[in-house]
Amino acid sequence: MIAFENAAYSYGGGELLSEVSLRLAPGSFHFLTGPSGSGKTTFLKLAYAELMPTAGHVTIFDREVKSLTRDDIARTRRRIGVVHQDVQFLDHLPLAANVQLPLTVSGRRSNPQDLTDLLGWVGLGHLADVRPPSLSGGERQRAALARAIIMGPDVILADEPTGNVDWEMSLRLLTLLVELNRMGKTIVVATHDLNLIRQAKAQIAARVLRISKRRIQLAGADL
Amino acid sequence: MTLPPAIAAFFDSTRHADRVVPPSGHTAWLTTFTAGAMTFLCVFALALSLASGRLAHRWADALARTATIRLSAPPEQLELQTQAVLALLSVTPGVASARALSDEENRKLLEPWFGPDLPVAELPLPRLIEITEGDPAYDSEGLRQRLAAEAPGAVLDDHTRWRRPLAEAAGRLRLLGWLSILLIGTTMGAMITLAANASLAANAQVIRVLRLVGARDSYIARAFVRRFTLRALAGASAGAFAGLLGVLLLPSADAAGGFLTGLGFQGAGWLWPFVLPPLAGAVAFAATRRAALRKLRELT
Repeated sequence: MIAFENAAYSYGGGELLSEVSLRLAPGSFHFLTGPSGSGKTTFLKLAYAELMPTAGHVTIFDREVKSLTRDDIARTRRRIGVVHQDVQFLDHLPLAANVQLPLTVSGRRSNPQDLTDLLGWVGLGHLADVRPPSLSGGERQRAALARAIIMGPDVILADEPTGNVDWEMSLRLLTLLVELNRMGKTIVVATHDLNLIRQAKAQIAARVLRISKRRIQLAGADL
Repeated sequence: MTLPPAIAAFFDSTRHADRVVPPSGHTAWLTTFTAGAMTFLCVFALALSLASGRLAHRWADALARTATIRLSAPPEQLELQTQAVLALLSVTPGVASARALSDEENRKLLEPWFGPDLPVAELPLPRLIEITEGDPAYDSEGLRQRLAAEAPGAVLDDHTRWRRPLAEAAGRLRLLGWLSILLIGTTMGAMITLAANASLAANAQVIRVLRLVGARDSYIARAFVRRFTLRALAGASAGAFAGLLGVLLLPSADAAGGFLTGLGFQGAGWLWPFVLPPLAGAVAFAATRRAALRKLRELT
C-alpha cells in the first residue's frame, strides 16, 4: 500500500524525520504515537503526498511519490481517506454535500441511499442539511470520517481524530475505525492518547509505532 | 465540431464545479462592475470607431468625385471665359458633368462669413465651376494645362489637399477607436485577473479542502472560471445595455450637427454591441483560467 524506504523530511534547515523505513500492509491497523511536534503529522502528510521526502523514497500504491504529477496526486488521494484533528469543510455547503465532496470532485454521482446509510452509520443522519459551523467537535470528526470513506478508499489516515472530543466520543470514533479495519481497510491513527490505543488493542491486532528523536520505532510492551 | 475540454466542461451542467466556491465575496461586485463599466465604455468606443469609419468613407468618397474650377477674369471677359471653360470640360474625357455656380449659390456659400445681404453681383468674385468626375476619372494634370491655354485665369482645385488630411484624420480616429477597444479589453482582462487572484487567495481553505479530497487543479480552476465568467457576462450585458441606451439618447444625426450627432450605429452596426457581452465573457474565461492555473501551481 504505502512504503517508506530510508525516507527523511527536512524543513528550514532542520530534519523532522530521519531514516523512516516502514511498509503499511493491506488491512493493517497502525497507531502512531509520540509527543507533540515529534513528526506524526509530517509522517501522515508524506503518506498522502502532501509533502515530498527530502531524502529516501516513499511509494504509494507502488508508485514513487516524486514521480507523480499533480493530477496523479489528486487521483491517489481519492484512494486515501484523511481525517485531521482540525477538520475543515466547505462551510457554505450542507453536511451531506460536504460528505459527498470526494464523489463530486471526481465526477461520480452518489447514491442518495448510500449517503443516507453512511451518515446514519456515523450517527449524523439527522444533520444532513446542517451547515458545518453548527456541528460540535465530535460531529465534525465523524463527518470527516464519513467524507474520508465515501470513496471506498484503501487507506485511512487519521491525525489526532479524538483530539477535540470527549472520551465517550473517542470510543465511538475508535469503534468506527475498527469496523472499517475489519472491512479490510488499512488504518493509520496518529494519537498521543495511550488509553485509546489500549482500548483498540483489546479489540484488534494493532501495531503501535512511536516517533522518537526523528525516527520511527516499534513501541514496547508498556502499551 | 468538438469543443476543447475546458470549454465543454464549462457548459456541462452535470459538472458545475462553481458550487464548491462560496457564492459571495468582495471580488464578486468588482468583477461585475469592471465588466459592466468596461463594456459601457466599449460601446462608445465602438460607436466612435464606426462613425469615424463612415465619416472617412464619406469624406473620401464625396470629395474624390468632385472638383472646382475657380475662374478669375476682368468682368467683361468673365462670361466669355466661363463658356470657354465649360466647352472645354464638355469634351474632356472623365468629366461626367460641369456647371457654373449661380450668384445665389455663391451668396449661400459666403453667407456664413458675410451675412445674407451680400451684393454678390457688385463684387469682383471669381466664378466657380463645379465638376463631377466620371468613371474613369479625368487627367487632372492634362486638364490644368488645357485650362492654362484656354482660360489663363482658371485654377483647378481637385480637393486633394483637403481630402487627404481629412480622410487621414478620420482614419486615425477610427484606428484610435479600435485601439481603445483593445485597451479596454486588456484592462478588463487585467482587472479580472487581479480579482481572480484575490478570490483564490481568499479561498485558500476551500482549495485545501478540495485538494484533500482529490480534486484536480483543472476542477478547482473550473470552479473559479465559471463563477467569474458568469459574473463578467452579467456585468457586460448590463454595461452594453446602458451603453446602447446612451447612444440611443444622443441627438439624431443631421447635416448641421456634423460629426458628434452622427456618433452612433447604423444598420447592421447595431448588432456590434451585442457581440460585446460574449466577448467580455470570453476575456473573463481566458483571464481567470490562466490566473487560476498559475496560482494553483504556486500553492503547494
